[in-house]
Amino acid sequence: MLEVDNIHAAYGRAKALHGVSLTAERGEILCILGRNGAGKTTTMKAIMGLLPLSEGRITLDGANIGSRPAHERAAQRIAYVPQGRRLFPELSVEENIEMGLIAGAAGPKVKAHVLEMFPRLAERLHQQASTLSGGEQQMLATARALCIQPQVLLLDEPTEGLQPSMIDLIRQVTLRMKEEGLAVILVEQRVDAVLSIADKVVFLENGRNLETMSADQLRADPAKLHSYLGV
Amino acid sequence: MTDRAKSYTLHVGIVVLLAVLFFVLPAYHVGNLARIMVLAVYAIGYNLLFGYTGLLSLGHALFFAAGMYGFGMSIHLWGTPTALALVLGGLSGLVVAGIVGFLALRTRDVAFMIVTLMFAQAGYLTILYFGPTTRGDEGFVVSDAGRTLFGLDLSDEATRYWAALVLLATALLGTAALVKSRLGRALIAVRENEERAQMLGYDTTRLKYIAVVLSGTLSAVAGAAYAILFGYVGGTFATVQYSIFPLLWVLLGGAGTTIGPLIGVIFMFYLIDISSGFTDAYMFIAGVALLILCLFAPQGIAGEIRRRGLKWLP
Repeated sequence: MLEVDNIHAAYGRAKALHGVSLTAERGEILCILGRNGAGKTTTMKAIMGLLPLSEGRITLDGANIGSRPAHERAAQRIAYVPQGRRLFPELSVEENIEMGLIAGAAGPKVKAHVLEMFPRLAERLHQQASTLSGGEQQMLATARALCIQPQVLLLDEPTEGLQPSMIDLIRQVTLRMKEEGLAVILVEQRVDAVLSIADKVVFLENGRNLETMSADQLRADPAKLHSYLGV
Repeated sequence: MTDRAKSYTLHVGIVVLLAVLFFVLPAYHVGNLARIMVLAVYAIGYNLLFGYTGLLSLGHALFFAAGMYGFGMSIHLWGTPTALALVLGGLSGLVVAGIVGFLALRTRDVAFMIVTLMFAQAGYLTILYFGPTTRGDEGFVVSDAGRTLFGLDLSDEATRYWAALVLLATALLGTAALVKSRLGRALIAVRENEERAQMLGYDTTRLKYIAVVLSGTLSAVAGAAYAILFGYVGGTFATVQYSIFPLLWVLLGGAGTTIGPLIGVIFMFYLIDISSGFTDAYMFIAGVALLILCLFAPQGIAGEIRRRGLKWLP
């Protein structure tokens, strides 16, 4: 279980998080919602260790990981698929996957598993990553993250700029991750996508928690969406 | 044929070609090639840091000179046996690279370049400061006994050529294996994007330190080899010029390619050699040729070959 407890973080002197808390359980999809600038991506970066905390704690199965560098958190099996995919663009699909396999000390079994999940990547192993379509790049970024066999998966706007068929595929893969027992933390602008797969929702505003509720509660009271997001 | 097999064939083929050239080239070019091969080892060392890890050092002359002086001074001052002096040369580079890496990696980008340049300048000035011992810019000649290794006289043209070839083959094949290994792939991940590499779980600080030490040690081995094969140790090899040379060789030949450093050294060596036969302004000709190459093949010669077809080139 990943617990984020009242974290504060800043970009230089500009404070971005003023006390965000959330809990992600295994086999659960937790979605972070909020308007632009609410602190969604910043929260993901802070969980991954890409932004230092000025206050608060982050624990994984009870162990405090809040002060550990990013590579140690990845070694604790926290994987991050950032917004914009952030691949190694000059490397091939296979080399990008290898980077994940080496980092996760994983073997051909894991490689076969992720390629079975994304058969389209298997067809393009030797293609340069930068020449893939947006959807394929998202698949590759997710596949690379899965190579470290994560227990917590952070997905930052995975459906951004994708066509509907790709969005559906990413949705299915996310659900499969949940079924395989991962704790998935999802930042997503598409509320319809969130409502269809999330178990729990955290609303953020100006770097603070507004409310945490189950997805069922939100589905039963969609007025919250209008109130918090203006949709 | 798999990419790995193609790569292996290419590297072994280059070594075999260099061996054949010994029998077909005139003595003048055989002498040149021996020098080129040793300098290529230096460039291969530099390429590990710059081409594969993405760290631009302007102070590699310090490591080359550390190897050269570690070898030369131990013979010159204490009459150390040649084999042990060679080991001391390599160790000098390892220790110096360990210290420089520990301090310089606290900086990044331009600051890293400046810090490495400053370390190299400090090294050069140290050689000059202790001139009565090091013989400063004037340098000193390595004794005949110091150039005999396991009964082999390395001042002999043929022996020198084969020794240089063995060294180059080891560095070339070793690098080809390294860049395909887990460590090599991790270094490439750092080069491509350090933050992304950290996100995946790579300890990038540790990886960069390993790269500095490996690169510095290989450069020092080249320095020691240069001293034993060509019989001279001098402060010139610690100047900034010898920090710029490997950068140019690697850029011309193809940064981040295993064969690029060798190609770069051959190209530049003969460009200067041939143009100086026509005019005193040979550096002008060399400059124009380099400019053209940089404009039309910005990834270097081997990089361009890889881009245009041989995608498997490591």
